[in-house]
Amino acid sequence: MSNVEAKPVRAKDLLGAIVANHYQSAWDAKNAGEKVGWCASNFPQEIFETMDIKVVYPENQAAAIAAKGGGERMCNTAENNGYSNDICAYARISLAYMDVKDAPELNMPQPDFVLCCNNICNCMIKWYENIAKELDIPMILIDVPYNNDYEAEEDRIAYLKGQFDYAIKQLEEITGKKWDEKRFEEVMEISQRTGRAWLEATGMSKYEPSPFNGFDVFNHMAVAVCARGKKESAEAFELLIEEFKQNIAEGKSTFRGEEKFRILFEGIACWPHLRHTFTELKEAGVNVVGTVYADAFGYIYGNTNELMQAYCSTPNAISFERAVDMRLKAIRETNCDGALIHINRSCKQWSGIMYEMEREIREKTGIPTAIFDGDQADPRNFSEAQYDTRVQGLVEVMTANKEAK
Amino acid sequence: MDKVYTLGIDIGSTSSKCAIISDGVNIESTHIIYKGAGTDGMDIVVKEALEDLNMEPSDIKAIISTGYGRKSFEAADKTMSELSCHAKGASFIFGPIKTIIDIGGQDAKVIRLDDNGQMQNFVMNDKCAAGTGRFLEVMSNVLHVSLDDFGKYDEEAEDKAPISSTCAVFAESEVISQLARGQDVRSIIKGIHQSVATRVAGQAKRIGVTPKVAMTGGVSRNMGIVRALERELDVDIAVSDNSQLAGAFGAAIFAYEYYLKSMKGD
Ligand code: SF4
Repeated sequence: MSNVEAKPVRAKDLLGAIVANHYQSAWDAKNAGEKVGWCASNFPQEIFETMDIKVVYPENQAAAIAAKGGGERMCNTAENNGYSNDICAYARISLAYMDVKDAPELNMPQPDFVLCCNNICNCMIKWYENIAKELDIPMILIDVPYNNDYEAEEDRIAYLKGQFDYAIKQLEEITGKKWDEKRFEEVMEISQRTGRAWLEATGMSKYEPSPFNGFDVFNHMAVAVCARGKKESAEAFELLIEEFKQNIAEGKSTFRGEEKFRILFEGIACWPHLRHTFTELKEAGVNVVGTVYADAFGYIYGNTNELMQAYCSTPNAISFERAVDMRLKAIRETNCDGALIHINRSCKQWSGIMYEMEREIREKTGIPTAIFDGDQADPRNFSEAQYDTRVQGLVEVMTANKEAK
Repeated sequence: MDKVYTLGIDIGSTSSKCAIISDGVNIESTHIIYKGAGTDGMDIVVKEALEDLNMEPSDIKAIISTGYGRKSFEAADKTMSELSCHAKGASFIFGPIKTIIDIGGQDAKVIRLDDNGQMQNFVMNDKCAAGTGRFLEVMSNVLHVSLDDFGKYDEEAEDKAPISSTCAVFAESEVISQLARGQDVRSIIKGIHQSVATRVAGQAKRIGVTPKVAMTGGVSRNMGIVRALERELDVDIAVSDNSQLAGAFGAAIFAYEYYLKSMKGD
């Protein structure tokens, strides 16, 4: 036997394996004749995790397809089928996939039912309704109305709780699997552990320099979306925390080069242009230390009522005041020098508020901001030159601010 | 002591502008050519500016390029965004100013400066030709009126035709139907200027407009737009014959600062 030492397992590899396993187990279930669903990213995963029902996430698939260069092809397919290019590119990619049923970038089983939750947007309802109608499969909807108050009040919680129970009943009928209260307790506990570890890991960008490259969060997020209720996910994020701690102790980071500036990146990543958007920042020594994603998938709750609260509090479902506070908190905790704001042609829900958000950020924190146009998945809505000029302008203001200090 | 010459080149989408200055303050030579990024325009303006002074490229101590095509000018020591360069150049031309409105070939920007002339923040148009020089070019083609005459026509207009579309394609058909209805070309032009001004003013109001306000970029030569913006924002807007060169001046001044820093070994 050779005495080559086994390489230590890295969190990154574990996280990659969890995503791969997530898709594989959905295929296995499908091949074994089980019912498999398509599910919205912020649907209460505790339900099907408890019932051991396999689902896959069209948003995650669409992001992967877009990141690997298939966004334009799929968007064109959807548009040829009559969908407007004004609707969300995740929706277009998913509707195209439902039709062509093949994407070399990432395949996943076709659905036997869809689980929709509109706590991120209402475009989702029509998107899922169309899938359900075209494929003649059931749709389960959990309706979370936009909350104009700061917290979700009792009436909203009760409304959600009623739908939660009804969703369980529907799923029992569709899949023949049973609800188990004890297992539910366990799933809540594991999900909590994952949520806490995710928040702690992403929160470590408050250290200067940050122990990690902010764009890593975009990738790790897949696990926070697809596998929050799995023990392996909690463990992988806990390992990530350890690695970050070690980076801090050794003054290292997965951000290569000097971290000259620290920014908030507002909005969804431009998946088709991820490399360009990243490289331009990296070359100027800009690391992303603040994102809204970090908090978006860190569901923290102590009981079922709080769980309902948490699902009413996804970033796109909360009041504007609370959304502003979320950004201000991220900027202050991580000591950002500037903010880069993505006006995402696809996501009206997230972009419509951004002009006012930009003003609030600028006036309340005094940091410079830059806005660029882009799209999370349709590559046609982004211009490299436009992005570069705005990033360079932002860097120049941040440089002058530092020199003036 | 010998003078220190530095060069700034602003390579826009439709034109290239070059300025050579000495000791960071004296304008020695300037050139503009209506050939932008991706053409030989940048080489021509630099060559002409050098020839004016009987100079060789090696006589220039530092070069900074800016504008849409800034990355393609290989002789540059450094690139800087047109935002910073316009801020710097406009302060040089106009003295202390707080707000700059710059409308170029394919973008419109509003820049806010602090008391020291340092860029504090900026907003730019979203990815759309509305409110940019390109929009005006499309209109000039439809109307068969040279852009150089737009300001004069605007001044002569007796009224203002409403142009409500901000989209260049929609506005084009709106203008054509106005023409078909026999609307006077001068009032159509005045309406076009109003449409651009409304759009840019909306952008400016987002970061706030504090006097003194100056306008830079090629479109600042069009007094029709300047007047429409003054009405829309209710402020006086300073313009200069050198407005179009603001980016190149700014780049040349930054090049001088860059040279001083490199001499200090920073
Ligand atoms: S990207 Fe925006 S529009 Fe698309 S599904 Fe997500 S929240 Fe909805």
